[in-house]
Amino acid sequence: MTWELFELLLVASIKTVALSGLSIVLGFFLAAGVCAGMLSQNVAARRAGRLFVSFFRGTPLLVQLLLIYHLLPRVGIDVPSEVAAVIGMSLCTAAYQAEILRGGFGSVPKGLLEAADMCGIGAFDTFRRIRLPIAVRLTLPALTSELIMILKASSLVSVVGVIELTRMAQDLAASTFLPLPLYAAAGLIYLVINAVIASIGAIVERRVARGHA
Amino acid sequence: MTSSPAIRVRGVVKRYGATEVLTGIDLDAPRGEVTCLLGPSGSGKSTLLRCIAFLEETSDGLIEIDGEPLGYGPGSNGGRVRLPPASIRAVRSNIGMCFQQFNLWPHMTALGNVSEALVTVRKFSRGEAEARAMAELEKVGLAKRATHYPSELSGGQQQRVAIARALALEPKIMLFDEPTSSLDPELTGEVLNVMRRLAETGMTMVVVTHEIGFAASVGSKIVFLDHGKILVEGSPTQVFGKPRHARIDQFLDTYLDRGAAGLL
Ligand SMILES: Nc1ncnc2c1ncn2[C@@H]1O[C@H](COP(=O)(O)OP(=O)(O)OP(=O)(O)O)[C@@H](O)[C@H]1O
Ligand SMILES: [Mg+2]
Repeated sequence: MTWELFELLLVASIKTVALSGLSIVLGFFLAAGVCAGMLSQNVAARRAGRLFVSFFRGTPLLVQLLLIYHLLPRVGIDVPSEVAAVIGMSLCTAAYQAEILRGGFGSVPKGLLEAADMCGIGAFDTFRRIRLPIAVRLTLPALTSELIMILKASSLVSVVGVIELTRMAQDLAASTFLPLPLYAAAGLIYLVINAVIASIGAIVERRVARGHA
Repeated sequence: MTSSPAIRVRGVVKRYGATEVLTGIDLDAPRGEVTCLLGPSGSGKSTLLRCIAFLEETSDGLIEIDGEPLGYGPGSNGGRVRLPPASIRAVRSNIGMCFQQFNLWPHMTALGNVSEALVTVRKFSRGEAEARAMAELEKVGLAKRATHYPSELSGGQQQRVAIARALALEPKIMLFDEPTSSLDPELTGEVLNVMRRLAETGMTMVVVTHEIGFAASVGSKIVFLDHGKILVEGSPTQVFGKPRHARIDQFLDTYLDRGAAGLL
C-alpha cells in the first residue's frame, strides 16, 4: 500500500462526496415538493406524492440506477454516468427525505400556522418560510442519518460506470493484488467523511436548539 | 357606516359534532373600546374569539367586521352564503390576534417575527420592513431585544413581540386570547401595561382574560359567557357592581385577582 494508491482513493472519494452531496441537495428540494404534495388538499397531488414515495422507497437503489441508465437512452436521452448516478440517488433520497419531513410537518405546532394565517401569510409562503424550516429543524437528526446513508449507498453507482471510492478500491485491489489494505483504506475514508458529517450535524442541532440558525 | 360596531356577531352557533359550544351569540364590540370576554373554563370564550378571527368556521350565524361580512354573508332566503376567499382575506386583514401561547416562530428573531409578514404579504423591502418592525418593537419596549430568538426571551417579552408582530400590520381590531395566562405573575404586568397603552390609543380590542382587575379598569364592556351563551353583558359597574348575578359572584370567588377587589 503506497501513498500513490491512497492518493487515487482520495481523488475517487471526492467524486463520492460530490455526487452524494449534490444528490442530497437536489433530493431535498424534490422531497420538499413531494411532501407538499402529500400534505396538500388536492387529491391528485396527494396520490402523486404517495406514489412517488412508495415507488422509490419500495425498490432497491441498484435497480433504480440500472433502470435510469438503460431507460433514458431508449427514449433518446443520452446521459453520462455521473448524471444517471445523481438522478438515481436524488430520486431515492427524495423519497426517504419526504417521509422524514412529513413526520416533521406533523409536529409543527398548529398555533404557529394560525399565527401565520392571522398575519395574512398565504399557504405557499407559510410552507416556504415557516413550516419547512421548522420541520427541517425538528428532523435534523433523521436528515443527518439520511445523508450518511446516501453517502454509503453511493458505492452502488459503480453499476452505471462511475468510478467512485468503492469502485476505485476494487479496481486497484484487482491490479495490485492488495485487497485488504485497499478496502481497509477505503473503509477508513468513508468513516472519516461520515464522522465529519455527523459532527457538523451535531453542531447545527446544538445551534438550532438555542433558536439560532 | 359610522354607527356600525367594529365587530357585530349575530346568531353565531358553533357545533363540534353534536355538542353545541356556542348557542346563538349576539354581540357588538364598540369601535375604539375594549370588550372583555369572561367566563368559566369551557364556556366558549376562545371558540367565540376564534370564530371572530375566522380561525374557526361558525356552524351558523353572521359576523361583520367594520360593517363587512366575514366568511359568510346573508343569503337570499334567510340563509347564509359562503364568501369567496379574497373577501375573507381582505376583511381579515383588519384583525390582529395574540394567543395564550404567543406562537412566535422559533426560527426567527424578534425582528424577523415582526417583519416577516411585512415582507411576504405587504411586499415591503427587507430594509423598510425591518425599520418598521424596529419601530413596533420600540413601542413595546423591546428594541434592545430585536436580535434575540424567542427561546432567549421571557414569556412576557415573547408576548410583547407577538403584540408588535400583530400591530406592525396596522389592524383596526386586536383580539387577545388569555394573553397573560401562561405567564408568571411577575411578568403579567408588563404585558397588561402594553395592552393598557394600546387601549389608550383608541384601538378596538376584544380580550379574553381572567384578569378581572384589568377587565374592570380597562374594559368598557364586559361580556360574561357561560355554557356557550352570553349570561350578562354591560359596563364593568353593571356586571361587577352589586347586586350581581349569582354566577358572577361564584366566578369572582374563583378568579378574583390581586388589586381587583378595590376596583369593584
Ligand atoms: N376542536 C374541538 N373539538 C371538540 N370540542 C371542542 C373543540 N374545541 C373546543 N371544544 C369544546 O368547546 C368548549 C368551549 O371551549 P373553549 O376553548 O372555547 O372554552 P374557553 O372558554 O376558552 O375555556 P378556557 O378558559 O379553558 O380557555 C369546551 O367544552 C371544549 O371542550
Ligand atoms: Mg380558552
